[in-house]
Amino acid sequence: MELKLQKIIPQLITVLVVVLVFGFFTYNAQINMENRGIDFGYGFLSQESSFDVQFSLIEYDGSHSYFRAYLVGLLNTILVSVIGIIIATILGVIVGVARLSPNYLINQFAAFYVEFFRNIPLLLQIFFWYFAALRALPLPQDADAILGVFFLTIKGLYVPAFVWENLNVFLYSIIAAIIAIVVIRIHARKVQETQGKQLPVFWISVGLIFILPLLSFLVGGVSLSFEIPKLKQLATTSFKYEGGISLPPELIALTLSLALYTATFIAECVRAGIQGVGKGQKEAAASIGLNPNQVLKLVVMPQALRIIIPPTTNQYLNLTKNSSLAAAIAYPDLVLVFAGTALMQTGKAIEIVSITMLTYLSLSISISILMNWYNKKIAIKEK
Amino acid sequence: MFKYLKQLTSLVAMVAVLFTFTTETMAAKKSKTLKNTQKKGFVRCGVSQGLPGFSNADAAGNWTGIDVDVCRAVAAAVLGDANKVKFTPLSAKERFTALTSGEIDILSRNTTWTLSRDADIGLTFVGVNFYDGQGFMVRKSSGITSTSQFKDGISACTNIGTTTELNMRDFFNSKGISYEPVAFEKADEVVAAYDAGRCDTYTTDKSGLAAQRTKMSNPDEHIVLPETVSKEPLGPVVRQGDSVWEDIVRWSLNAMIEAEEYGITSANADSMKTSDNPAVKRLVGAEGELGAAFGLDNEWSLRIIKQVGNYGESYKRNIADTGILPDRGPNELWTKGGILYVPPAR
Repeated sequence: MELKLQKIIPQLITVLVVVLVFGFFTYNAQINMENRGIDFGYGFLSQESSFDVQFSLIEYDGSHSYFRAYLVGLLNTILVSVIGIIIATILGVIVGVARLSPNYLINQFAAFYVEFFRNIPLLLQIFFWYFAALRALPLPQDADAILGVFFLTIKGLYVPAFVWENLNVFLYSIIAAIIAIVVIRIHARKVQETQGKQLPVFWISVGLIFILPLLSFLVGGVSLSFEIPKLKQLATTSFKYEGGISLPPELIALTLSLALYTATFIAECVRAGIQGVGKGQKEAAASIGLNPNQVLKLVVMPQALRIIIPPTTNQYLNLTKNSSLAAAIAYPDLVLVFAGTALMQTGKAIEIVSITMLTYLSLSISISILMNWYNKKIAIKEK
Repeated sequence: MFKYLKQLTSLVAMVAVLFTFTTETMAAKKSKTLKNTQKKGFVRCGVSQGLPGFSNADAAGNWTGIDVDVCRAVAAAVLGDANKVKFTPLSAKERFTALTSGEIDILSRNTTWTLSRDADIGLTFVGVNFYDGQGFMVRKSSGITSTSQFKDGISACTNIGTTTELNMRDFFNSKGISYEPVAFEKADEVVAAYDAGRCDTYTTDKSGLAAQRTKMSNPDEHIVLPETVSKEPLGPVVRQGDSVWEDIVRWSLNAMIEAEEYGITSANADSMKTSDNPAVKRLVGAEGELGAAFGLDNEWSLRIIKQVGNYGESYKRNIADTGILPDRGPNELWTKGGILYVPPAR
């Protein structure tokens, strides 16, 4: 009985303290807001925002509501996070493996990259990529075409836009290819388990993913053309490109700096993971006749991933949260649009900051849940 | 059980400390702000992060500007020394929260007086110390000399969280021009991006454009277009709910303007005590009991004039002599063709 009480009392006290502290702050905020004549409420979300945003994934202008502005910011945050995570992961894996390369030049270069980028504050890197790169880029009228169709200018990267005909047929062909690949993989596994024979699954997959979409062009009536950006004159020395897709320099600078910074940490996770697999494992695998590819795929990677995934999850979370530094270089993310402009125009500080915090919390938790699910999937399943 | 007793007492002590801290701030007094300011010995003033002519710090950390002078005037009136001001540089986004949360007591940061700000978010505007309007700056080489030459697709750099963002939309919408807004949090970054060529035009209050132009790598390459697209009356702001403090700030500003009207300057203020004009005598504290209404002595306005100067002196020192806007335009006294007109101090 004594023991049980000893366990419960500290917990009760903790709960009580948490409730008291929160209650105290809420109460105090209420009193202060009342004294200063500030209303509390979320009604403003449906009001007209009356400010425009530079870059949006959904249709938006100042005649839409503050809630819509919130969505614009949220989607921009998600966009930069997703692209950043993809680039950081690819780069991180390459650099992590390169650090273990027996080639002196390669591993030293990888080590230099890691030490250089992870030891400079991220905000500084963002400023560097934005302002230094901005000054180095040509004005639209001076830009040379890259491969004839891309234009990298101080006002952004202009790329050709795809103009599709019968886009749906093309998409169906890709879906069909994916289904076919899954079916073949299942079949190949069965063949291997029952007959011990191995089918060239990889080459079949590659063939399918190319041939089916190609067929959709030849017989499905799909056609693709490109809309190439064209120079337009705004004033004597002021130009821009029209047509095609334009990526603002703010997005490019932010994605680049986030990816380059986070990749260094992922590279270290990858290196730790691979080095964490015992040498004996590789030797044992080789001794039962697996070729080097199979050793990596069937023995080393499954064990290394278990070490790599949890710390990499942290890095994904960091990247997502660090994307809020966007406000410094005018990329319209959640913090700039919603916790910036919208907060200023409405003055609803407590409401907006609480929504923004909850949003980041939900984003982070979603990433965590996804990565934990993956981690569980690759964990050792003891029988 | 003794083990927990110790933890419990420290917990109770912690909560008690938290409560004592707040009961002090919650107590409603007649002018809490005035009392606190006199107790602390300095005026807490929110200013910009660096706008020449309005509020700008030199290398040694000395603040100058007409917005700064408003805070100095209040310090002179309330504490007797115009230097007893603690300046807090604030971004456009932080400024109102800093004021409503009590971090500062006066916000004197080229802030536009609008209905929604005045009525909605717990603020009170006390007056106008600069009549401004939004304008556009472009590169001379662009050949643009009027906003009517703007074309679809123009990119415009500006600050977030300002009336500028809203006016810009109203302006481009009314002209039916599509535009790309590029909005930064800090003014220095807006200038850097525009200067680098990221934007075709830079838009903010015209006084701001004139001031920021001096920061460009080559100021002569840029011009401010003649059109003014909005009304921007800039002035100091205080928290709602302390009407005595509100009056002190309002009349500190008014005293500076009225002093100019009556020709009282920092140099001749003392000799004006023997003036024949009762209005002049009231302003220099030689007649009437004006200070008593705020709980101040009678020489509050004399100290403002002697230590900070009248509005004209402040304007000349900060804006005209620095080459930002030599022409006073609407910011001239009503008696000289401007629109500066303040109620009489009597």
